[in-house]
Amino acid sequence: MIEEDHASPLLEVRGITKTFAGVQALKGVNLDVRAGEVHCVLGQNGAGKSTLIKTLAGVHQPDAGEILWQGETVTIADPIAALKLGIATMYQELDVVDGLSIAENIFLGHEHSTGGMLKVAHANRLTRELLTRLGHGDLPPNTEVGQLSAANKQIVSMARALSHDAKLIVMDEPSAVLDSGEVANLFRVIRELTRQGIAVVYISHRLEEIRQIGNRISVIKDGRSTASGLAVSETPTPELIRLMTGREVANVFPEAVPVPRNAPILLEVSHLHLRGHFSDVDFTVRAGEIVGLAGLVGSGRSEILETIYGARKATSGTVSVQGKVLRAGSVTAAVDAGMGFSPEERKSQGLILAEPIFKNVTLSTFSRFARGGFLNEGGERDAAREQISALELRPADPDRPARTLSGGNQQKILLARWLVHGTHVLLLDEPTRGVDVGARAEIYALIRRLAAEGTAIVVVSSEIEEVLGLSDRVLVIGDGDVLAESNAGDIDEPGVLDLVMKGSAA
Amino acid sequence: MSEQKSPVLTDAAPLPGASHQTERPSALKRILGGSVGRNLGLVIALIALIIIGTITAGDRFADVNNFLTIIRYASIIGVISIGMTFVIIAGGIDLSVGSVLGLATVVATLPAIQAAAEQSSWLLMIIVPLAVGALAGLVNGIVIAYGNVVAFMATLAMLVGARGIAELISGRRTQIVTSTDFLEFIRANLLGVPVLIWIFALVAVAGWILLNRTTFGRRTVAIGGNLEASRLAGIKVKRHLLLVYVLSGFTVGIAAIMMLGRTTAGTSTHGMLYELDAIAAVVVGGTLLIGGRGTIVGTVLGVLIFATLTNVFTQNNLDTSVQAVAKGLIIVIAVLLQQRFATGGAAAGKK
Repeated sequence: MIEEDHASPLLEVRGITKTFAGVQALKGVNLDVRAGEVHCVLGQNGAGKSTLIKTLAGVHQPDAGEILWQGETVTIADPIAALKLGIATMYQELDVVDGLSIAENIFLGHEHSTGGMLKVAHANRLTRELLTRLGHGDLPPNTEVGQLSAANKQIVSMARALSHDAKLIVMDEPSAVLDSGEVANLFRVIRELTRQGIAVVYISHRLEEIRQIGNRISVIKDGRSTASGLAVSETPTPELIRLMTGREVANVFPEAVPVPRNAPILLEVSHLHLRGHFSDVDFTVRAGEIVGLAGLVGSGRSEILETIYGARKATSGTVSVQGKVLRAGSVTAAVDAGMGFSPEERKSQGLILAEPIFKNVTLSTFSRFARGGFLNEGGERDAAREQISALELRPADPDRPARTLSGGNQQKILLARWLVHGTHVLLLDEPTRGVDVGARAEIYALIRRLAAEGTAIVVVSSEIEEVLGLSDRVLVIGDGDVLAESNAGDIDEPGVLDLVMKGSAA
Repeated sequence: MSEQKSPVLTDAAPLPGASHQTERPSALKRILGGSVGRNLGLVIALIALIIIGTITAGDRFADVNNFLTIIRYASIIGVISIGMTFVIIAGGIDLSVGSVLGLATVVATLPAIQAAAEQSSWLLMIIVPLAVGALAGLVNGIVIAYGNVVAFMATLAMLVGARGIAELISGRRTQIVTSTDFLEFIRANLLGVPVLIWIFALVAVAGWILLNRTTFGRRTVAIGGNLEASRLAGIKVKRHLLLVYVLSGFTVGIAAIMMLGRTTAGTSTHGMLYELDAIAAVVVGGTLLIGGRGTIVGTVLGVLIFATLTNVFTQNNLDTSVQAVAKGLIIVIAVLLQQRFATGGAAAGKK
């Protein structure tokens, strides 16, 4: 039993609880992390992952329970205390300063100096060493961080953690901002870290990633540990989903309903062109049909959607709804014609976070409820309540601020907005970004139901599997061109990637 | 060994001792955290000032006529602050209110206008300032909403420019109001209360209704809360922002009429630094400078607090410089308190 010592936990969290203003975010979370392992923490949005991370980082203090570090009970009073112990945290919104250089960022707060004068050359040399340890010795230490990609900013953030002699790095959904190539690189770096004996707590809800990088998994649901320390290789995916959501998820994508041939064409995009982004985009969507745009980040797929909606002004070409040509570059014209749009960045483009659910739901329609310019909040609340129960939006309180909702429920607010509006054409950009696995199936089912009710839908997603699974028809986009159009059943993920690669090579 | 390998499924029952954490925050805390709470704080501050005034200046202060004087004094800034509240909630700022007020009084008292008013009707003395104010607001709005100029700079330009125009067309002379009918109307008392106070009250009530009960108000809050989301929801953001600045200009026009009545003259120096008093009142009243949130009641209380403070100092024959220091302190304290309440339960729960 003594040989077990090397595997004794570096960090052990026992039954911690945390309450904010009457809401219990953590109701008893356990976690044990060993040196040199990648420990994945899985949970839906709102499960308490962020609170757990912030507790480990010293931002929040637990109300009860204990934290053991290398076998000893510790109190992590503030973020500096966490760093001193050797716990570094990489948040989703990276805390790097864009205006400073890589070296300045890494030594921010613990600069090397003599008598107040910074030792720049010394810092640069140490920076180069740290970057080399992460396999990125080619990044010049004096590069301004603002010029780096999201992936390289993460590297800087990790180098900073190493500069503090971190033994444990907590990464909060690091892959959310990366494309697939960058994710592969991130995993290489993580493996390098663990090889050096550093433990990584990896927060994510992408199961396939966890399979690739994780050693063990802990699952949190509703602020409580439902499992801790499962071996990744021995736990099947359905089991993880069950632990995470509390129910079985059989089929994620709903079955497509065949679109009748004589279904009217609701959306017609004709020779649409936006200089510098895409050209000659041409397609139609019938009532009840879901058309997906598949392509990589930067392929122009989001720009196409925004231009159809009038949020960007087309250089040439037309968009028609029910045969009527829309005025270019006018969102109001699109909305009046019965078009709805759920943007990529829900929080910054979709919602007024401080305002209650019902005002967000009626953001496009409140003047329709009003009489002579006077609001009818009662009518708005009723309409919102109707949608809340139809979409199973939680919490089911129309006066709850949008900020307090999980990603999936925030997405439902946007769908509800357009349902109240009664749109014929719905454009969805990344409808499940930041939405956890359990809620995704719900969103998919909703989208399919809307189509079955006669809405024409266009979906954009960076997850090709999602586009293929959800759509009736798929347009493959590469470098601003439509490379192919196909029935969703006739093409698979490798096929799409193949087209994209060939397209960009040509 | 085996224990570490096998999955540890934790009990779903709540942990002992966790029950006390589920109780809701006390009623008091909830009230203080809400919008009522912020205004309650302002009411308490106002009452405290009144008590201080009563103690230090006795009957000179605690007198109905003195209170009417305070509110009358507050009314002009008050009317401007109502318009400013809309601008700030929409996420903007209007620095031009003071000099546009000066310009409006000058234009209304130009010999030609006064002659025309003699010829036709004294109502011209009311229409002209409103038109000047609204027009200045229109220019601000066009430059900001359609020219994409930052509101701070656009209205700063108007601040400088409007004052300049006022000086040019008046030749820096003070122009006396000649229409006795106009002066009789604006300096009258109605039910023992000066007309100036009635105007302030009417504007405040109208502003409250506009902000809380109309689509105009909803649009203002939505745009201030998230401009991009409002635009993508189909709200005509540019047109609305334009209207908000026109509204602000219009309230400045009303304030200019009141100024003409109070001083019986138009001059380019009217309204100096009023923009700062108005912004201070709005922010002390709980409106967020970044937009998206604010109340008319808060603004009215903010205006009254500053007016009462000035009165208390004057009644005690204290230096105006000391008064300025006190004003500065109040602004800082109010904003600090606001931040406390804004972070609400989280800060309170931390202890």
